Amino acid sequence: MIELRAINRSYSVGGQPVRALDNIDLDIDAGAYLSIMGPSGSGKSTLLNILGLLDRPSSGHYRLDGHDVTALSDLEQAQVRNQRIGFVFQMFHLIPRLTAAENVALPLLLAGVAPGRREPLVAKALQELDMGDRAHHKPEQLSGGQRQRVAIARATVTEPELLLADEPTGNLDHHSGQEVIRILESLNSRGITLIMVTHDPEMGRRASRRIKLVDGRLADPDVAT
Amino acid sequence: MRAGDLLRLTSSSLVAHRLRTLLTILGISVGIASVVLLTSIGEGVHRFVVTEFSQFGTNLVGINPGKATTAGTSIGVFGTARPLTLDDAEALKKLPFARAVVPMVTGNAEVEADNRRRRTTIYGVGPQMPEAFRMELQLGRFLPADEPSAPRAFAVLGSKLRRELFGERSPLGERITIAGSRYRVLGVMASKGTILGFDLDDTVYLPTARAMALFNTQSLFEIDLLYAEHTSVEKVVAAIRQLLESRHGRDDVTITTQQQMLDVLSSVLDVLTFSVAAIGGISLLVGAIGIVTIMTIAVNERTNEIGLLRALGARRSQVLGLFLGEAVVLAMSGGLLGLALGVGVAQLLHLLLAALPVRISLLYILLAESVALLIGLLAGVLPARRAAQLDPVAALRAE
Repeated sequence: MIELRAINRSYSVGGQPVRALDNIDLDIDAGAYLSIMGPSGSGKSTLLNILGLLDRPSSGHYRLDGHDVTALSDLEQAQVRNQRIGFVFQMFHLIPRLTAAENVALPLLLAGVAPGRREPLVAKALQELDMGDRAHHKPEQLSGGQRQRVAIARATVTEPELLLADEPTGNLDHHSGQEVIRILESLNSRGITLIMVTHDPEMGRRASRRIKLVDGRLADPDVAT
Repeated sequence: MRAGDLLRLTSSSLVAHRLRTLLTILGISVGIASVVLLTSIGEGVHRFVVTEFSQFGTNLVGINPGKATTAGTSIGVFGTARPLTLDDAEALKKLPFARAVVPMVTGNAEVEADNRRRRTTIYGVGPQMPEAFRMELQLGRFLPADEPSAPRAFAVLGSKLRRELFGERSPLGERITIAGSRYRVLGVMASKGTILGFDLDDTVYLPTARAMALFNTQSLFEIDLLYAEHTSVEKVVAAIRQLLESRHGRDDVTITTQQQMLDVLSSVLDVLTFSVAAIGGISLLVGAIGIVTIMTIAVNERTNEIGLLRALGARRSQVLGLFLGEAVVLAMSGGLLGLALGVGVAQLLHLLLAALPVRISLLYILLAESVALLIGLLAGVLPARRAAQLDPVAALRAE
């Protein structure tokens, strides 16, 4: 499903070039459960951003379902993000002035889906995450775990093939974190490709496939750094 | 994105910051209100002045002796302009379009009646004056159509002069004395009020020939000619000029049409209205700066949200539209509030000061609203462009 070939990403920080990703080759099958681990600054988030089309590699090719998405325009990439990729963030990134249901509806709203068609999809996505009774609550009225569940509902409402999670439990207590992981894993078991960045080895080990980044390069995941 | 969703999303952020939204709207509305109010007063004064001037009718032509142009050589070389005479007036009466012709002289003299004396304005006029100037009589009748060169000694009083000389007593048939000559009062004019400081009621109307003798003048001060409706002014002016040129041997009169006077007056008043509108425009500019400020703050505060929307598949143009929409909603609500405020205050002024003419012009209202829309777009475009250009990764990471 995903093919990365010779992906490089370098920034310049204060005039110094920094190589965040160094010649990454990676294939990920559809329906995989992959964890990306590594110390901070190793390029985990950069890799996830490139997989999510939020960032462009400096060089190399990224093929999604056989199509080279690195060559797409901004507009086309936005459409791919909207239709085929779901994001779950560490900071949840819910819009505070909107209710849970309105937050979940955002991707559909951006795609121009009519309100009549939107409502059942939003209700279903919230229901599946046991948040049906909190649909009209504002984020500030929800606990951290509940907020992340709303965020997951938002990521899945468009039924994407790929779910990208960046430290999804980083801001949650242990119990809520476990619950969120279980939800993500159950989504994966229904066929959605799950890629999760984490620095928690315990979380990382749950994935069926693990990769580790060190200084922007792929490393053996079982060797401690 | 659907228009309704865009509007809802836009208003949700405006509602979330009620106070500052309200203050920004207030800023714009003060600008719009001042434009509406000032132009209303401007238009009101315009209408008022034009109505005052056209109360004598718009198809009037004034003919004065002498040429109102500046030539290289003094007119004196060829002799002074020939006077306008009663015969000229009689000749003008024969023009086919002439409905009324009023030969006129004016001056001041003392009027005496019943041992009361008053210095007043004397108008020597022809019998057709009420028709030409749309003036009405309050009592009696106007000067009769006597032989123009030898009219009988009759007088008609202005309403104020009648009150001053006779009080509430009927002056009809009474005698008044002007410079030693006695006149019999035939009628009293209805009140006309004042125009530009001239009291039109403190007057005596005498037959022209008698007034010319009184002031010892050979020339009329002016001949006013009322022409038939639906006649072109140009034709009227050309015919008068031709007639008088053939009688005088040369073109030595100045012809002023009421329309010309109104046009000049109107254009002066338009400039006035435009100037006050420009003053109102300055406060509008201040309101616009308020929108730029608040939108810049909004983009900074909501950087995370912009990153999120981009991650969820928002195009740059959608982000641009959201923030531009917010600025436009702010400006347009300010415009509507300002309109209500302006119209309200204008009506209130009209109630409190009935003398102050207020006229709300639809043109300026539409203009004010379009300006509000334009301000929203202009004020919003910079912050909104900045929002659209943000890098999504950096925006998501921003604190």
